[in-house]
Amino acid sequence: MSGGFTLAGTSLRSRTAEATTDDRLRASVAKAVDRFAGGRVDTLATLDDPDALRAAARRVRQDVLAELPRIVERFADNAAAAGVIVHWALDGQAANDIVTEIIRATGATSIVKGKSMATEEIGLNEAIERAGARVVETDLGEWILQLAGQTPSHIIAPAVHLDRDQIRDILQPEAAEGEVLDNDPERLAAFARRTLRGEFLAADLGITGCNMAVAESGSFVLIENEGNGRLSSTLPRVHVAVMGVERIVETWDQADLILNLLARSGTGQHLSTYTNIITGPRREGEVDGPDEVHVVILDNGRSELLGTEFEEALNCIRCGACLNVCPVYRQVGGHAYGWVYSGPIGAVLTPLLAGEHPEAAELPVASTLCGACMDACPVSIPLQDLLLSLRRQKAMTADKIEKGAWRAWSHAWSRPVTFRASLRAAALGRPLTRLASSLPGLGAWADGRGVPVPAARTFTERWKSGEL
Amino acid sequence: MAQTGGVERTGARDPATRPATVTRVRVSLFVTCLVDGFQPEVGVAAVKVLRRMGAEVSVPEGQTCCGQPAWNSGFARDAARVAATSLDVLAATDTDAVIVPAGSCATMVKVFWPEMFEVVGDHRRAAAARELGARVREFSDFVAEHAEQLGELVPHGETVAYHHSCHMLRELDITEAAGTLLTAAGCETVDWPQDQRCCGFGGLFSMKLPETSVAMADEKLDGLSSSGCTEVVGCDTSCLMQLCGRADHTGRPIRTRHLAEVLAAALPDEPTR
Repeated sequence: MSGGFTLAGTSLRSRTAEATTDDRLRASVAKAVDRFAGGRVDTLATLDDPDALRAAARRVRQDVLAELPRIVERFADNAAAAGVIVHWALDGQAANDIVTEIIRATGATSIVKGKSMATEEIGLNEAIERAGARVVETDLGEWILQLAGQTPSHIIAPAVHLDRDQIRDILQPEAAEGEVLDNDPERLAAFARRTLRGEFLAADLGITGCNMAVAESGSFVLIENEGNGRLSSTLPRVHVAVMGVERIVETWDQADLILNLLARSGTGQHLSTYTNIITGPRREGEVDGPDEVHVVILDNGRSELLGTEFEEALNCIRCGACLNVCPVYRQVGGHAYGWVYSGPIGAVLTPLLAGEHPEAAELPVASTLCGACMDACPVSIPLQDLLLSLRRQKAMTADKIEKGAWRAWSHAWSRPVTFRASLRAAALGRPLTRLASSLPGLGAWADGRGVPVPAARTFTERWKSGEL
Repeated sequence: MAQTGGVERTGARDPATRPATVTRVRVSLFVTCLVDGFQPEVGVAAVKVLRRMGAEVSVPEGQTCCGQPAWNSGFARDAARVAATSLDVLAATDTDAVIVPAGSCATMVKVFWPEMFEVVGDHRRAAAARELGARVREFSDFVAEHAEQLGELVPHGETVAYHHSCHMLRELDITEAAGTLLTAAGCETVDWPQDQRCCGFGGLFSMKLPETSVAMADEKLDGLSSSGCTEVVGCDTSCLMQLCGRADHTGRPIRTRHLAEVLAAALPDEPTR
């Protein structure tokens, strides 16, 4: 786990409660997700049959996962044939060791990095710094966060929680003496571009993620909007890509389907500005490209999900659509989830991939089960069902008090006589409603809401009396 | 012994109040725990409306709750234990439809009961739940389908905002029914940008993450302020309790009513029994 994440030792309630007091964060998040979600609807509408495309993309993901080991082997063979050095990492520690060893072996001292959630997941930056090298994030959002010592709060828009004034303040110390930045987004981006250009030219190693590997040609696809991924993967002498083992398809036809949906579902673009396809290092006669290309295939708990109901979570193409429509995410942003993946998919992935932290098990609570995420997911991951299933897993290890309370409730409410008696008791206890507000559950309700008062006579009583 | 509305109790006594085309439908009401214990007026209103449509209404005795709080909290066995009681009672009826005046409970019965009973290994009840599900109808959906049998309504000229509850929208695909009925009842429905966004209740979510839950309610309620509308209508007592509870606590002059109450209030003022 990366140092910046707050999952360990904190509660979901405390993190979300804190986020709801941050009006600035909530305004920034709401503005961004509305733009993304609106763009998603608009660009999907330009397709002849978006639902058919989504269904086809879902089948692609399912077909790939059904044969994942074979397809990954095929990718590894073809990538190696194209000159890529392929590494296998069972967990984050192994992946970090591989990357730091590449850095050591190549003697790289200046490293640029494109946005990658997989490397956030394993805390690669910290590992590199511990190994004594310097790494600069080059995605604008990621760079801002690196300077601010923060972590991403959205799968595709990592600094979505910050507004332009906050960003200006974070970038100002990077400006030359006497240069005063203003909060104009274009000028801020231009400043970042100028500053980062020097880093690209000086870098001897570039690290990126991988949106999708394509097994039949041993290629991998990197989509981005800023060109920093292209610079990170072509300018330095060495390029290292870290890919989650499930970020793969077998054929270019399959890749085509996913690419048609990915940007539309995420940012609401028809296609991202850059779609980089990388097949091996620079070949003889080519002017651009690295001498050395490495790909680190990261498992980190993913293959354990294969063949279980949670295999569904591996269908995710990391578009962020579920975050953009989630009414919970919009109130609290990504940091409140405590780990690298946020929103509905984060509430599912965190307990599955960060299970070493007991706090991860409470993430599935972060949903009202409203179902908006399932509607938006381009590959129809049944997020609500997965959240419910994870809640059942957690319930199995609940303490005696919680189990006992549910047992007592079900005992009473499975019998009409005691059910009616409990409603009757509530009615008789009406004068005590205020007192009941001091109970833990009701208190949480009563803190911010008027407490509903039980009816003096229940519906059943009125019906039975014959008055209706 | 379940009471049934007899012929003389359905408004049938005066032929002028009933369209000639009425077919006599027999329906059972699944009251739901919140309506039973907290908002009985919703049940009373639903009965009035259904009877005005010419339906013979029964309230099967022995029903309790759908089990949703436990199911959503991961306690499937306790949920199924409670739901089994209601399932057995409702499945034993032979009425044309089982009406639920709550979209969320209707979803629990229609969509989640079969799955829940499978999860706990009660395959017999899973099958019974599937069979029952075909007869289960959310209140507004049922009423809108037979809207012509409501006869003439007395418009009160109210301006309301309609809250689409999540389960009705996404699990039951009921999007138009309430709007149609509100128009029939002479209500003007204001444009509410957040009308399809979750109210923040989410069952025990409202108590486990209360700060987030009220922030969600606040955003919805704030969305009403530009329209000046002070009444929210919905088909889920749970959502309405959340919105009303938050409005009360924050001093917003907003009241909530179940659609059944709005319709019942628009029925011509004549004896219905």
